[in-house]
Parts: sequence; structure tokens; C-alpha cells
Amino acid sequence: MNQIVLGPLVVAGAAAALALVIALVDRVVNDYGEVTIDVNHGKRAYKVRGGSPLLGTLASQGVFVPSACGGRGSCGACKVRVLSDVGPVLPTETPYLSPQELANGVRLSCQVKLKKDIAIELPEELFSVKKFKATVERLDDVTYDIKDAVFRLDEPAEISFTSGQYVQLVVPPYGTIKESVQRAYSMASRPGDSGRVELLIRLVPGGIATTYVHTALKVGDRVELVGPFGDFRVRDTPAAMVCVAGGSGMAPFKSMFYDMRERDAFPEKEIWYFFGARSSRDMFYLDELRRLEAEWPRFHFVPALSEPGPDEGWTGETGLITDVLERYIKDRIAKDKGLEGYLCGSPGMINACIAVMTRNGIAEGDVFYDKFA
Amino acid sequence: MTPLINPVTLFFASIFTSNILLTNFLGMCSFISISKDWKSSFGLGMAVTVVMTITAAVSWLVLEYVIAPLGLEYLSFIVFIVVIAAVVQILEMVIDRASPALYMSLGIFLPLITVNCAILGAILFMQIRRYGFIQAVAFGAGSGLGWWLAILLLAAIRERTEKNPVPAGLKGPGITMITIGFMAMAFIGFSGMIAVQ
Repeated sequence: MNQIVLGPLVVAGAAAALALVIALVDRVVNDYGEVTIDVNHGKRAYKVRGGSPLLGTLASQGVFVPSACGGRGSCGACKVRVLSDVGPVLPTETPYLSPQELANGVRLSCQVKLKKDIAIELPEELFSVKKFKATVERLDDVTYDIKDAVFRLDEPAEISFTSGQYVQLVVPPYGTIKESVQRAYSMASRPGDSGRVELLIRLVPGGIATTYVHTALKVGDRVELVGPFGDFRVRDTPAAMVCVAGGSGMAPFKSMFYDMRERDAFPEKEIWYFFGARSSRDMFYLDELRRLEAEWPRFHFVPALSEPGPDEGWTGETGLITDVLERYIKDRIAKDKGLEGYLCGSPGMINACIAVMTRNGIAEGDVFYDKFA
Repeated sequence: MTPLINPVTLFFASIFTSNILLTNFLGMCSFISISKDWKSSFGLGMAVTVVMTITAAVSWLVLEYVIAPLGLEYLSFIVFIVVIAAVVQILEMVIDRASPALYMSLGIFLPLITVNCAILGAILFMQIRRYGFIQAVAFGAGSGLGWWLAILLLAAIRERTEKNPVPAGLKGPGITMITIGFMAMAFIGFSGMIAVQ
């Protein structure tokens, strides 16, 4: 009997004693005192406690570097140019950094531990990034796997952004998910409607955030959004826009088109919008966009189904979106003012469209895209 | 009871004649994966040596003053593993603070020392052979240095043979295993010179 009690007690006691030693060493060794983060050559400075990763420390100061994974080093989004010496690049960072970025001192801010004073460079736009408290105002199914979510901003009550930018939805722990994560979604709402943020969220099987939105989120729930981020936007040139999207890649374009229409922005630009889906059940906003096309002469909408069912009564284009795109660029789209490509969708679709566009005379530097990783 | 072997003899014996790696083949995984690069091998060997020496001493004290008096020898495995994990954790924090460059070069391999079987192996030999405290520390340090020596030798050989033409199927781990085999054979020449048991 004694043995049964004694065994676990000894193991637990030894573990506890060692844990105590570890905690004490941690207190002594990991105390880096106060360090200064210098941003953009002295423009801003933050005095913070050292010992934590740069990403989280900046967030605690209200500076939100974009990060989709929440600091676990698995998304590669939180890149920051570090000007002072913070030690060699970690093996956890190298897969996300190009040789050019490595040469420029770009690091993943979630992997850089603050040990001493540090100087970094951040894009000025980042300081307009805020954390918004918002309430779910609407949550509609637009297809069997895409939800149209509209959030009303409570505090701050307005967001200032450019069409094409994205926000990060903060997903709280739910069900078996124990940690809060953040996922990026392009805003489908217009900048003119600054009190709301609309997102299109497609259910990804096994996806943490999309499953949350599709199963747990309800109208009236409070959520947090961080943004705006991103440089996907309409370029101010006379060149015609050739836009291609699939699935929830609709979002940034919906924002761009309705914003341009509202403000009559870039009046010289012709707009061609190709939207690809497999069958009618994947297609959405069809009537809305056709109405926009009828009212707005410079907007041309080309929806295409790759596998329309025989009883769907589909009258639009059929075939892979890349084939439809190639046909239109060759025969239908006027090229006298030049062409620009705008893409939003899966990496596979984007790469295929880039190939079609460059093959048909659009310079690679004139193709802009937002890839869903 | 406690064997009569002189700690100094034991120290050298565990480096050369009873090398923990080349005669007992313990700690092979990191031995093969890290020995590609001389610098990392140097750092890892140093870390293994330090961890082995400290854990041998701590484990001996725990064994002598906690486990043995209570008759809990059957728990020694679990306790040793906890001790190794704690020592590695502490060492990691200290190295991170004291020498960030070494910390970076060790990277993922420092925490992996926790599961380096050579360390647990050395502690278990110490227990089975009933070493005294000085003997245990000498054996731990010697085994660590022996491991360090072996990985440095292999790293040096691998850097030299890197460019050698090797049949495609034997490249990498294949030729490394053969190299280790030759090294082990060479070390067998020492065996029997000193009985460590």
C-alpha cells in the first residue's frame, strides 16, 4: 500500500522540485529588462519589457503586424525588416524568406525574441491598422459552402480602407480548438460604407476559422477584426482591368466594382470580370452583377461554368475559366489602352491565369493578385 | 558494491576503450544527422557532454538519497527522464542568454538532447554498475567527451569524403553507416584493455 502512494509522490515531488528550479532560472535568466523598439529611423519608439517575441510585443503596443497563424511561425505573414543585429536567421524562418529578403534583413517578427534594443522598419500604413470590436449583423448562405457575413463595427465605429484590402478575423477558442487564431479575409464591402465590414467565407473542410464561421457563429455574436492590410488595389492607369475570380475570391472585386461605380473612379478603365465556378450551385451574385453590367456600360461580366449540369439551363459561357479568359483576351477585349490582370482565388487558379495572361501579352508586372494560402 | 576502478581510469576508459557511441551504439540519430557539418557537431558534442556530466551527478544524488532509501528502484527510469528533461530545459535557457550564437547553431538539436538515448544510457550504466559519486561524474563526463570525439571524427571524415564519388544508392546515410562501421571496428581494437564493469 505504502509503495502505491510513495511511488507517485516521489515522481511528482521530483518533477515539482525540478519545475521550481526551472522557474527560478527562468526568472533570473530571461529577465531582459526594458528594451526600446525604434521604428522607421526614430519616427516612433516604444519602451517595452524584453523577453517576448517581437510580434506579440508590438501588438501589446497597438501595432498590428499582419499574422494569420497568431505567432506560431506557420504562415510567414509577419515579415518585418530588422535594421539592428538580432542574431542569425532561425531555421523556422528560412522557408518563408526569399534570398532577397534575407539580404535585406527581413525576419518573421513572431520568431525574433526581444533581448536588447532593436531598430525595425514597418510600412506606415500599418499604423492605421486597428483592432475593431464588431457585432455580426447578417450571416447569409450565398452558396452551399460560402457564407456572406456582415459585421457592424462597434469600436472604433468606422474603418478607412481601399477596396481590395483584407482584415483578419480573430477566431476565439471554441469546441476542441484551444487557442485563438486569426485568418485573413478580403473585404467585400465598399469603403464608402465605413461602418460595416462584409466578408465572404467559404467552408474549408477541417479549417479552424471557416468551420467556426459556418457552425458556431450566430447573428448578434461579438467578434474582433484586425485590419486593414494588403496592397491589392485598383491601379490608377487607363489600362483595362481583366479580373478573374473563383469562389470566395469574389470578395475584393465586389468591393472594387461597387466602389468605382459609386465614386465613378478611374473613368477611363474598362472592366472585364470573369467569374469561374463548377456548376450552378457554386455560382452566386449572378443577378446582382448582371444588373450592374446593364446599368454600367464599361463593366462586362463573364460568368463561366466548367461542368454545368444538363438540367441547369445554363446560358452563359462554359469551360475552364482559363480557356474562357484566353478566348476573350484574344477576340473580345480592346487592348488599345493596355491590359492589367487582377486575380483572386486559389493558388492553382492564379498560376494558371498568370500563364494565360503573360502568354497573351500582359506583362507579369501588370498582373496583381491575392492568393489564398 | 561500488567497483574499485579509479575515477581517472574510468574517465579515459569511457572516452576511448568503451566509447558510448562506437562500442554501445547509443545516441545514433543525432550522431548521423548532425555530423554533416563540423561546426554543429562541435556545438552538439559540447552540449551532450555538459548535459551528460550534470545529469550523471544529479541522477546519482537522486538515486542515492531519494530512490534507493525508499526502495523505489523500479521508478528510476521515469525519474531519470524527468531529470534529463529539466537539465536540458535549464541549459537551453542559460545558453540562449549566455551565447545566442551557440544557441542558434544548436537550434532544434538542443531540446532533442532530451531524447538522446546516450544520456539515459550513461545514467543507467551508472546505476547498474553501482558507481560512487566521483566515478559517476567521471563516467558521465568521459562518456560525453567520447560522444563528442566520435561525432567530431565522423564529421571530419564526412567533410573529407563529401566530394568522393559514391554510388547513388549509398549516398547520405548509407555511406555514413558504413563509415561508422569502420570507426567502430577501429575502436574495437581498444576493447578489453580496461574492464569498466
